[in-house]
Amino acid sequence: MAEKSLEEKVNAALEEAVVEEPVVEEVAEKKTRSKKAKKEEEEVLSPVAQEILSWNLPKTLFELVRKWAESKTEEELEELNLEHLHARIQRLIDEKMPVSTTTDLVKILISKQDAGKTVTDEQFEEIITRIKREFQMTRVQPCEAVGINAAHSIGEPGTQMTMRTFHFAGVAEINVTLGLPRLIEIMDARKEPSTPTMTIFLDEDYRESRDKAREVSWKIEAAPLHEFGDIETDIAEMCVLVQVNKYVCKKRKIALSEVLAKAPQKIRDKRHYREFEVETDEVEGILKFIPKNEDSYQNLFQLAEHVRQVIVQGIDDIRRVVVRKENDEYILHTEGSNLKDVFEIEGVDCKRTKTNNIAEITSTLGIEAARAATIDEAYATLKEQGISVDRRHIMLVADIMCMDGEVKQIGRHGIAGEKESVLSRASFEVTVNHLLDAAIAHEFDELSGVTENVIVGQPIQLGTGDVKLMVRRVPPQE
Amino acid sequence: MTSPKRIGKIEFGLLSPKQIRDMSVCKVIWPDTYDDDGFPYPKGLMDPSLGVIDPGLRCKTCGQKQGDCPGHFGHIDIAKPVIHVGYTRLIRKLLRITCRDCGRFLLDKEEIEKFSALEDDPYSAETIGEKDFKKERVCPYCGEQQYKINFEKPTSFVEVISVVDENTGKTIKTEQKLTSADIRERLERITDDDLRLLGIDPDVARPEWAVLTVLPVPPVTVRPSIILENGQRSEDDLTHKLVDIIRINQRFRENQDAGAPQLIIEDLWELLQYHVTTYLDNEVAGCPPARHRSGRPLKTLSQRLKGKDGRFRGSLSGKRVNFSARTVISPDPNLSVGEVGVPLAIANEMSVPVRVTKQNIEDIRAMIRIGPHRPTLRDPCGANYVNRPDGRRIRLIAGPEGNCDTVAEMIEPGWKIDRQLRDGDIVLFNRQPSLHRMSIMSHRIKVMNGRTFRLNPAVCPPYNADFDGDEMNLHVPQTEEARAEAELLVAVQENILSPRFGAPIIGGLHDHISGIFILTNQTKWYTKSEFLYLLKYTKMDKMPEPGKIVDGVPYWSNKQAFSVILPKDVSMFYKATCCQNCTPCTKDSEAGCPNDAFVRIVDGELLCGTIDKKSVGAMDGAILNRIIRLHGTRRAREYIDDLTKLSIRAIMINGFSYGINDTDLGKNEHKQIRDVLDQAESDAAQKISIFEQGHLEPMPGRTPEETLELQLMSQLGKARDRTGDIASRHLGFENSSVVMAVSGARGSMLNMAQMAGCIGQQAVRGERLSRGYEDRTLPHFKRGDKGAGAHGFVRNSYKSGLTPTEFFFHAIGGREGLVDTVVRTSQSGYLQRRMINALQDLKVAYDGTVRSTGGKIIQFVYGEDGTDPAKSASGQPVDVKGIAESVLKEEI
Repeated sequence: MAEKSLEEKVNAALEEAVVEEPVVEEVAEKKTRSKKAKKEEEEVLSPVAQEILSWNLPKTLFELVRKWAESKTEEELEELNLEHLHARIQRLIDEKMPVSTTTDLVKILISKQDAGKTVTDEQFEEIITRIKREFQMTRVQPCEAVGINAAHSIGEPGTQMTMRTFHFAGVAEINVTLGLPRLIEIMDARKEPSTPTMTIFLDEDYRESRDKAREVSWKIEAAPLHEFGDIETDIAEMCVLVQVNKYVCKKRKIALSEVLAKAPQKIRDKRHYREFEVETDEVEGILKFIPKNEDSYQNLFQLAEHVRQVIVQGIDDIRRVVVRKENDEYILHTEGSNLKDVFEIEGVDCKRTKTNNIAEITSTLGIEAARAATIDEAYATLKEQGISVDRRHIMLVADIMCMDGEVKQIGRHGIAGEKESVLSRASFEVTVNHLLDAAIAHEFDELSGVTENVIVGQPIQLGTGDVKLMVRRVPPQE
Repeated sequence: MTSPKRIGKIEFGLLSPKQIRDMSVCKVIWPDTYDDDGFPYPKGLMDPSLGVIDPGLRCKTCGQKQGDCPGHFGHIDIAKPVIHVGYTRLIRKLLRITCRDCGRFLLDKEEIEKFSALEDDPYSAETIGEKDFKKERVCPYCGEQQYKINFEKPTSFVEVISVVDENTGKTIKTEQKLTSADIRERLERITDDDLRLLGIDPDVARPEWAVLTVLPVPPVTVRPSIILENGQRSEDDLTHKLVDIIRINQRFRENQDAGAPQLIIEDLWELLQYHVTTYLDNEVAGCPPARHRSGRPLKTLSQRLKGKDGRFRGSLSGKRVNFSARTVISPDPNLSVGEVGVPLAIANEMSVPVRVTKQNIEDIRAMIRIGPHRPTLRDPCGANYVNRPDGRRIRLIAGPEGNCDTVAEMIEPGWKIDRQLRDGDIVLFNRQPSLHRMSIMSHRIKVMNGRTFRLNPAVCPPYNADFDGDEMNLHVPQTEEARAEAELLVAVQENILSPRFGAPIIGGLHDHISGIFILTNQTKWYTKSEFLYLLKYTKMDKMPEPGKIVDGVPYWSNKQAFSVILPKDVSMFYKATCCQNCTPCTKDSEAGCPNDAFVRIVDGELLCGTIDKKSVGAMDGAILNRIIRLHGTRRAREYIDDLTKLSIRAIMINGFSYGINDTDLGKNEHKQIRDVLDQAESDAAQKISIFEQGHLEPMPGRTPEETLELQLMSQLGKARDRTGDIASRHLGFENSSVVMAVSGARGSMLNMAQMAGCIGQQAVRGERLSRGYEDRTLPHFKRGDKGAGAHGFVRNSYKSGLTPTEFFFHAIGGREGLVDTVVRTSQSGYLQRRMINALQDLKVAYDGTVRSTGGKIIQFVYGEDGTDPAKSASGQPVDVKGIAESVLKEEI
């Protein structure tokens, strides 16, 4: 009974996993909803597709079969005997095999059919029996120490990884921490990674041309005032003069007035420097900054530096943006990360845009997104080093890190430090303090974990140590 | 053996002075250990009632012998209270948040209410922290003015009393030191209810107990004195410290009784506090550590627990064991992967307990008669000890003066003997660092001559072992349960599939791959004797039909030789490692692949293709993977055994070696290489001159300098690759290094290029070498020289030899690798430790959820689909392609 319900759960989970869209942000939803609705209305399904739709297949499977059927001419379709295929697919679904398995098999059936070699019913049945047997074989067994397996699987290849902190990840211009340091960073759940970076995908309207992509990048890349024109420090007049170049403004698609208004405001708000007054000439595009303390050259130069560096366009945290063409679309790679503000920019595809700052994802998109990001980042880091690790191990680590609704570190200040067991905590780090605190709080060690039981010298509650079976002796029959 | 009783839980709490006195067997007052005659002083630190450490004596308290008596605590009455260093932070907190007069919390009732538990939910209670209190105010209960408490490391507290001078209106601050006695008094006044709000349980931990008035003296078994070679006694560090405490305590008391001036009393009090502090923790900040006469800091209580070699990590979590052996390892391809060769000397020393029964009593008698002496491999194993049911143990002594024959007659069912190891015994084999579960696997013993452990090189990858002097450990399981687990769960064959990625981690390596490649590449024909030579150590039971008969002489093909070791129902189709990815692929054409790189196996018959790394290598092992899924682990092990033996034979037919002349190139090639390098260097020079004129177009987001560096790096890299191409064009399959690189056995074309062509650019942190002298790497170059040679480009090959500057640059590049390895091992080791600590308690419950052993649910279904990665097909729950191939017997 329990076995069956487990199987159902597995399948339910699997189907869900496939049908489910990637994590969608609300802002994104709003933006794209109208477009999406329109698109669906326009899309008229071909008769074949409609027929296949009536089979009620999981999404990936439906797409696969549809694509295949639609590539055929009508005469070919006649010959193909779709009903037969439907029956077989239905059989697979009835067997409650995982969707990925079913899809793989359908792919094989289709390719065989295309190659003119049909799979006979006997062969098909044989395949099904073998798949069922193998599926049963690969179920995880109760009491399996999956945690230790996961820790081993991720930790052991760590010795084979490179230490080189900086590496050029496809984009020569942007440095990204990779290898062991990055893995440690992920497991430490740092507030900010040592090299925050974003991969920004663009909306349909912007992803096609470089110029359009460039336009978005200007709204994102932090541009200091000195890039917009000449800045002079007039010592005689004791003021800083800025001549904003209109052409630059035009090229960067920003209104002159906006630059003029933003500069002094941002010096006050973001740079927290208020010891100045400003005169604006809207027509000529001239800004005149006058320090409040008119006698001090030091103040003047300090002000000049603030004026030069104040960011008037783009997002403050994003120091550099590189436009790159990947898979027939333009993508922005950034140095620095600010997910929330980037989402607000027009032209950004919020669904696909990524950052490597997991803490930021937690605060903007929530813990589920953080979990997904942790898995993706760790997996990508390992993969980049040519190390294959099963996703399930990384998932387990991500799950335990995100279990309580916030991303917790693997280590003293996170999971290991918050364990129930006193002895387990004491044997990890800061031994004495844990013991002293436990005494004050009158803690009990229930001896449920591994370390505790090793310490007191009794079997651990994992694997064979967890099986509580007694042999009843049957008296030998006379 | 295992008792059915379990320890339910362990309680933690503070010892009250009363408890300390109650459990004490002796009030220690004499500040010394042994008198001149070597007898312990009564009431001294080595009082015989505190336990026994000398063999033969009996404990005065419990009457047991050394080893049985756990020891008994004594106590010291301290003249005036002293603070426990571990609790200084707690004391500081309590002093700050309670009234200096009435001892109540400095919060009124409403404020406290907020933290109390709701009636219906006892878990809603929050603990109060220091932050919840305001600074300096008046006690809401007694109206007493509160003052600021300053804490001075390590153990003193000062109250800053500020009084407003009525005349001047200024506040005058006076610091008043709080004595430990004052502090204790204040702590005593705090009510139990208040303490509960802080998360302190007053039933087991009254805060005033953190100010010690009586000090427990640990039993002598905790601090045994050792007798040095010269007969002198050397006391434990703790004993030394206790001597200090008692001595000062004594003096303090004398001075107090004599009515000494306050100053002296205070000094002594401080000294007493210092000694107690360092007794508890000798690494407190702001407190000079107590030292031994030699200058070595003492190892006191805290230090005993802390750190890697401390009690917790060093003695409790990891223990030293008996029945273990360690020696150097060396390879033996004739062993099965599931076996380990054990030197006779070790097999004679180690033992397995065997219970004497009616059925085996005669066999055991025979073993006892042999005794501990087994001179050669051919002799049957003997026994080292006989254990009687009453717990007595008889050591067997060989020879005419020995006791073997007499003991052999004595034994009866119920006795136990410790039998020596013999072939087929199961043992655990381990190599450190034990980074994953395959670092400990069980093998069956094969007793051998020599002094090293022997193992099949195919099991090296999971252990990460090689034979350059590695040592490994061996453990002999002593119970039936342990042996059963070792056999069913830990055996090598059960660990062929790695849980990391669901593919074989054990497989052929190095010569196995070269050998099997040489054997199976293209088509070769063997006579009967050659064919039998190849396969004579495999489990072949009958000769296959000859592949062709020429002039009445039967011949067998190389593919047939490999097919012999395959199970009969394996059908596979894939590209081998040696596939060159040519376009268009000609695998389906009449002639087939020119490199013989497309493997076609139908019904256990290798039809075409070359067997190499992809097929048999560790971490790849496509065929092995399929065999495990079809026939299970046992057949897979047999396949590996056959494979290793076959491939070693195959490589021995022609021999396989490498010499300096294998890197020889023709005159023509040398000229081409020279030209390529000259061209590259002049190109580089040209780039540099463009840069120096300021005409170099910088890459987006880069300075011209960075652009130049990047371009030079890639240009010189390309030049190196070109020399490699030239070299490899000259070298063919008769060259061993080409065979190794193409088959994936070891090395790459790059290594070959470096030996024959050009070593190439040396780099540190991915950049050309640039550090050293001012504006140059070495004084051999001009300042500001940006040329290839001046920044670490080595144009020579390993064979042609390096110039002095090149050699130096090469050493720089090499060192980076070494430093990297050292840093990496420590970092990844710590990461691994943390991860294991965080994840060790997780297991799959019977309902399929992943839970911690405390019962918390981590995942509802393991890995979202309940598939065990160790059994999965590279992560997939079912290997659909493999099944379809096996059933359809054709390419998918």
